[in-house]
Amino acid sequence: MWTCLIIWFIFGFAIHLFVDALNEIVIIGFPLGWYVAAQGSLIVFVVLCFWFASRQNRIDEEFGMSGHEE
Amino acid sequence: MANGRDFTSNLGRIYGFYTGGFIGFVILLAILEQIGVPNNVIGYLFIFFTIAVYAGIGIMSRTMQVSEYYVAGRKVPAFYNGMATAADWMSAASFLAMAGGLYAQGYSYMAFVLGWTGGYVLVAVLIAPYLRKFGAYTVPDFLGSRYGGNVARFIGIIVLFCCSFTYIVAQVTGAGLVASRFLAIQFEIAVFVGLVGILVCSMLGGMRAVTWTQVAQYIVLIIAYLIPVIILSTQVTGIPLPQLMYGEVLQQIQELEATSPALEGARAFMQTPQTFTQGLNFFALIACLMIGTASLPHVLMRFFTTPSVREARKSVAWSLLFIFMLYFTAPAYASFAKLEVYSNVLGADLGSLEAVQGLPEWIFIYGPLELVRICGVFATDAQAVFDACTAAGITSLSHGQFAIASDTVVIATPEIAGLPYVIAGLVAAGGLAAALSTADGLLLAIANALSHDIYYRMIDPRASTRRRLMVARVLLILVALLAAVVASTRPGQILAMVAWAFSLAAAGLFPALVMGVWWKRTTKQGAIWGMISGFCVTLFYLIITRYFPETGVSYFLMSPFGEQITASGVGWFGVNNISAGLFGIPVAFIVTYLVSKGTPEPSAEMQAFIDELRLPSGKVMMEEKS
Repeated sequence: MWTCLIIWFIFGFAIHLFVDALNEIVIIGFPLGWYVAAQGSLIVFVVLCFWFASRQNRIDEEFGMSGHEE
Repeated sequence: MANGRDFTSNLGRIYGFYTGGFIGFVILLAILEQIGVPNNVIGYLFIFFTIAVYAGIGIMSRTMQVSEYYVAGRKVPAFYNGMATAADWMSAASFLAMAGGLYAQGYSYMAFVLGWTGGYVLVAVLIAPYLRKFGAYTVPDFLGSRYGGNVARFIGIIVLFCCSFTYIVAQVTGAGLVASRFLAIQFEIAVFVGLVGILVCSMLGGMRAVTWTQVAQYIVLIIAYLIPVIILSTQVTGIPLPQLMYGEVLQQIQELEATSPALEGARAFMQTPQTFTQGLNFFALIACLMIGTASLPHVLMRFFTTPSVREARKSVAWSLLFIFMLYFTAPAYASFAKLEVYSNVLGADLGSLEAVQGLPEWIFIYGPLELVRICGVFATDAQAVFDACTAAGITSLSHGQFAIASDTVVIATPEIAGLPYVIAGLVAAGGLAAALSTADGLLLAIANALSHDIYYRMIDPRASTRRRLMVARVLLILVALLAAVVASTRPGQILAMVAWAFSLAAAGLFPALVMGVWWKRTTKQGAIWGMISGFCVTLFYLIITRYFPETGVSYFLMSPFGEQITASGVGWFGVNNISAGLFGIPVAFIVTYLVSKGTPEPSAEMQAFIDELRLPSGKVMMEEKS
């Protein structure tokens, strides 16, 4: 859980503090700072959510907590 | 529903057919346009056909069972719940206003893109699985049980009502905007047309109907959003992958900004926050939107419909993926629109009446709707523009003399780029789908809270099923009417209204929800005072800065942002009122903490209850017969 929140914080906030420095780097036309805000961080969030769900579900199984409810 | 199992296992096929049918319908209309069917007929067909489909789904899913009505029987698979959540979530603000905001403000509006996606990480990690485990019907239901009693429940309802209502007004405004453009009727009347569309989906079938219409609406809105940008990308760069190709467009924009005389002194599209205040506002907005996402009742409510805690978690991830599809396209959309305007409109000759008549046609379509201004007047016709510009001594159109209402950019882009009208109609259908799906979800959140939490839990716990559902429907209609009346007065910009709703929800609900799950020591009084103080601080900041800026400056130590005192132009530390939650959220956390420390700790049963809440397996904790 903390890992998730730390990654979330880095890509939600911390990295955008350095936008001007990142904008110096240009990849296929995209200044990197802009790209990180427009796409990069979002991709990280999506992957993070899937990773969290599967990891958490695996932990539940290991500890025998995966029984179907209801 | 006797054939419920059949229905669930056939979902893939049903929606596959539906998607194919919709694409076929678009192609059919494209052919009709080619053989000369007039534009307004195409606009009508798009709007009425899609609303008819939603209504059809709504009527087929009608139900008289309480659990079907409130939580769709808790059997929506994660994948489809993800799609429904995405439609529920992406409103007129995401669809219409976000790319427009990016168009107008450039990088600084990236805060919306980041805030509205990053919030889902909080939902997945901190909230959704636990609320699902708890098994409530509504968010106030959780507050009522966790903080024992009706006071917490009631405050939860007030917060829910205020934020959802602000939000719903924005959606009805969006629906009205689309309807007034494509049905050529007055905005005030268009609002009520939108309202009918909203009601047919949600009235009979509650959550169940809304779930399946939202899936259908997601399909329409994502197709409608992607197709115009894909075409634009092919036109401009030759490759139909806008999200990868618009780097080139960004370069061209920067070049024009540097060289074009019409753009002298314009704010750069990729201008990043430079001063401390700008940076503070940027990050404050991200924070408020993220935390708001994790506390909006109509979104959290969707995760009550999954079959299990595991599915709830997966479903958050699917939701974010579906939302991501639109969000990572929005900056591309804005960039393409920007380039079109920069290269085809700015710098145009205004020296003679003929030259003005030669301006792109769309300017005089949106001008009379009071959405495009040139030389300070609405571009109603060439003569008016010519007169105003001549009077001001302007002969060439520069960026300062041209303004387009940012809420319109997405609807207008197909016309700006000279695409066939059918694409404009498609975008309208998409915008309508986005506004209707969110309005449905919100309406249901409000009506359910009123009927389930106030009527059933607080007024008449012995009411029969039939009566409860009746009350829910009557309230639904009343709330919808009220929202339409408020929207018809055009109270504000879509994006600003929505951002207010986020701040209110974030400050009012987030601390109580998160601390309720993660800190056993949180007491009833702590949560109650936390909610009240957070919500009041935020509301106070919004109202004072928006409506009474002079009072704010004279009595509450606020300072004006510019030279003059204007509405929404004052505040503490230069913080814009769309990030009002920045003050409310910490206050709510601190008050909750302090009051909880100062009151006796919750009973042993309550603490055991919270321990169990955190275990993913076991029975749903608050099951109810239906």
